[in-house]
Amino acid sequence: MHFQYWLDNFWSLSVGGLTQGAIYALVALGYTLVYGVLRLINFAHSEVFMTGTFAVITVWNLVGYDLNAGRPGTGMVIALLVLGLVAASLTSAGTALLVERVAYRPLRRKNPPSLVFLITAIGASVVLLETMGLLTERKLKGAITLVQPKEVFSFFGATVDNVQIIIIVSAIVMMFGLEQFINRTRLGRGVRAVAQNPDAAALMGVNRDRVIMLIFMIGGLMAGGAALLHIVKVGSTQYDVGFILGVKAFAAAVLGGIGNLRGALLGGLLLGLVENWGAGVFGSEWMNVVPFACLVLILMFRPTGLLGESLGRARA
Amino acid sequence: MIGKLQKADDRRLSILAGMGDRWRAVPKAWRVAVGCAFVLLLFALPRIYIPGVDEIIRTTKTDFTTVLFLVAMYVVVAVGLNVVIGLAGLLDLGYIGFFAVGAYTVALFGSPDSPLHGSKLATFMHTPYGWLLCVPLAVAVTMLSGVLLGWPTLRVRGDYLAIVTLGFGEIVRLVAQNANGLTNGQRGISDIAHPGGTWPNLLPGFIDENWVGLPMFGSATSLAWYWLALVCVIVCMFASRRLERSRVGRAWVAIREDEDAAEIMGVQAFKFKLWAFAFGAALGGLAGALYAGKQQFMGSNSFDLITSILFVAMVVVGGAGNLAGVTVGAILVWYLPERLRGIDFFGIELNTGEYRLLTFGLALIVIMTFRPKGLLPKRYRSSQPPLVEAHVAEEASA
Repeated sequence: MHFQYWLDNFWSLSVGGLTQGAIYALVALGYTLVYGVLRLINFAHSEVFMTGTFAVITVWNLVGYDLNAGRPGTGMVIALLVLGLVAASLTSAGTALLVERVAYRPLRRKNPPSLVFLITAIGASVVLLETMGLLTERKLKGAITLVQPKEVFSFFGATVDNVQIIIIVSAIVMMFGLEQFINRTRLGRGVRAVAQNPDAAALMGVNRDRVIMLIFMIGGLMAGGAALLHIVKVGSTQYDVGFILGVKAFAAAVLGGIGNLRGALLGGLLLGLVENWGAGVFGSEWMNVVPFACLVLILMFRPTGLLGESLGRARA
Repeated sequence: MIGKLQKADDRRLSILAGMGDRWRAVPKAWRVAVGCAFVLLLFALPRIYIPGVDEIIRTTKTDFTTVLFLVAMYVVVAVGLNVVIGLAGLLDLGYIGFFAVGAYTVALFGSPDSPLHGSKLATFMHTPYGWLLCVPLAVAVTMLSGVLLGWPTLRVRGDYLAIVTLGFGEIVRLVAQNANGLTNGQRGISDIAHPGGTWPNLLPGFIDENWVGLPMFGSATSLAWYWLALVCVIVCMFASRRLERSRVGRAWVAIREDEDAAEIMGVQAFKFKLWAFAFGAALGGLAGALYAGKQQFMGSNSFDLITSILFVAMVVVGGAGNLAGVTVGAILVWYLPERLRGIDFFGIELNTGEYRLLTFGLALIVIMTFRPKGLLPKRYRSSQPPLVEAHVAEEASA
């Protein structure tokens, strides 16, 4: 127990936790969207994220910025980041759609118990994981450091660097954009309608299959964004990078109330915070115990998560 | 194309069901005789040669007997998890936690290497009968851990329960990995107790001559372990079958179908859910005890999350609620990847080790797409759901 250490470094631990939490939140959105509409855990979402991370590195290598390349100028950095975002989003969204097409759609017509979707999702997850493992020979892949962490400002002894600011701000911007999309557009209204009552929505002329494809795509886009931020933060990826991150993101979605978009943000940030604090107090080897213990505790008192399920009940 | 395949598969399924009906129509004496013969065949499987069959089922890259032992052990896990998922309908993604608790109980009390060694209790356990003493202890401790986990969490329903149990499994693994004072952390615990006894000079030809005098449960062969696991499987299946047809089993099915309705009809849902958790956990602990004894070494690496998810996969793929189904599921999930490590099929050699998990993942998708209720689904007569049937039978006998 290092409470003194935790107190001394409270703010820097918090900033680090929020940064990681922002990435969790973006991945958690994919879980929450699919759960809100289909009431099932999309277990393959962690692999959707994983393919995104590889897409970022691959596309950077393709345009000539591999590990040995020199440092690009500011304009080039922005261009590369945008390129990485586009590549990761497209790949992740594509993977998500593929998973939906192969593992979910053939089953949906048969209306099986929801556990079955869990198993096909696990199957899809294993296939993606192993394919990527075979393609990359199960090796760690490094990416060029585009943004060198540099202190921007500090408060209470905690330094905040530009990478952390980029990650937190872009995650929040993406979440805000998504919420506007769901709440204000016609397509978003369709999503909410299907989440509320699939049959009634179908009677009102909402194409259910299209809505389901849409949410998988949006989840993939968000996971793609998370993949880019992950690469910027960590600088490398591996074929099994998604697994533990996916589990934590799912835990974050549940923590905030699965099916609730703001819940995903809250849950993600909170999980990141608690995790980093736990690492500070108990040592980094206990880092993963604390968030799960917290999750169990919170679910005991609030069985539907902090904000409850409400994609369907969002303002009409 | 897929529609045609589906139709062919439905036909296959109905043939299977017809065979089941015919089997049930056979006189009981015949069924018992055939069952006994089949069990004997299972016991003899590692040491006999059946032309034609042998080439297909024998694993080439790993010791066949060890694989059989592992499969039998995982069948125990499947039977236990079937009670939780298949009968009571509780999605438990952290079942590996119970398995680990059972294994570590044996390791802690039955090994001179354990940090507990030196305390009176642990020394008492480290006798030639140490393992046998450890097994009931392991079962009791896991049962207790099942109750301890279930007490606060069983109020949570459905998918929330899934993530809570997943968290439990992960916490158990991390504690095993990091609590150095208790589990020796990454170094692990070695020299774990196992049953005593040496190979007798019986059954010549069936038991290798050089084994005579060697410890039965030693490193020479897994045969004795396989037999022990098989006995455990039979006992567990019998117990689970009896329980399923008792009042408790009917309560579980009622809770699975509709918890609120069951509660209104006077079933104390929480109590029976806790029972299901405890019973399932006990079987998981038993399997863990077998595993610890066989491995002789307990590190934390054997208890990762993906294994826990594969546990669920074997129950659902085989057919939740059906004992024959979950057995098939366990065989599929644990035996198939081992078999696919290397294919040497009548002279055709393929090195498939790299692709075995890929194939397994594809198999999961294909099987669930074609048979959403599992390979061998539990059959209820459509006009008479099991609960009504049981009621009618009770009234008739009264």
